[in-house]
Amino acid sequence: MAAVRPHIGRERPSGGFELYSWYFFRVSGLLLIFLAIGHVVIMHVINTVDEIDWQFVADRWNSPFWRAYDWLMLFLALLHGLNGARLAVDDYIRPQGWRVLAHSILWTLAIVFLIIGSIAVLTFDPSRFETLAQAGG
Amino acid sequence: MTTETMRDVHRATTRGITAYRGYRPPPGMISWALHRITGLGVLLFLLLHIVDIFLVNYGPDTFNELLFLYRHPVFRIGEIILVAGLYYHAANGVRIILIDFWPAAYRYERQLFYGVIAVFLAGFLPTAFLMIRAMLQAGGA
Repeated sequence: MAAVRPHIGRERPSGGFELYSWYFFRVSGLLLIFLAIGHVVIMHVINTVDEIDWQFVADRWNSPFWRAYDWLMLFLALLHGLNGARLAVDDYIRPQGWRVLAHSILWTLAIVFLIIGSIAVLTFDPSRFETLAQAGG
Repeated sequence: MTTETMRDVHRATTRGITAYRGYRPPPGMISWALHRITGLGVLLFLLLHIVDIFLVNYGPDTFNELLFLYRHPVFRIGEIILVAGLYYHAANGVRIILIDFWPAAYRYERQLFYGVIAVFLAGFLPTAFLMIRAMLQAGGA
């Protein structure tokens, strides 16, 4: 009896994609504890939503560090979250056709949101608008 | 789970009918359900948040106009709930990792769950206090 370990928690997958997914959840989760909670503390405790505006984002993204921080958080959070949604889909959607459809939607969301998020974080150029404002004023 | 059931059966048989207080979900079930609900909730907000930050590329006028949403009291209360979900998901995630890599963790299942609640409250209460204070100050101004 003593040798029997009561099973608690999700069983570790034996191999293949599911094992990579299992490790990804844990590694990305640990990193996101610092990235996402750091983000919340910066945006809601140190600053508040009353101070944050376009200029705030422009100043912040002047620094490559914050662009890298935000892009890493985007990448990890999006894949961690959508991979979690995939597990929920597998729990509740049984028919093969609906499951393929649901997985396709999740992968499409992953690609589309990774692209628009990356465009926002990596290609944003505030000087474009400052020139416009100066020309207009 | 097995330990839970045995304990309940033991209580029921030793103390008679008064031991039945209805179905009490074991901590593993509550923590699992909360983990899934908070995870999906945070994901939903993340998708919205990616769309709104994409709008910085449309310039200060468009972006700042949209920010009325973030400053609306209903949205601000929603963000406090979001922070609660995020903090719980983080604390419970650490519990899951501990269970995965620490073979004796099953003996402390209940204590680990109470630990999650304690860590959650220690993080959430100060954050919620500061967010509510900022909200009231903005409302008064």
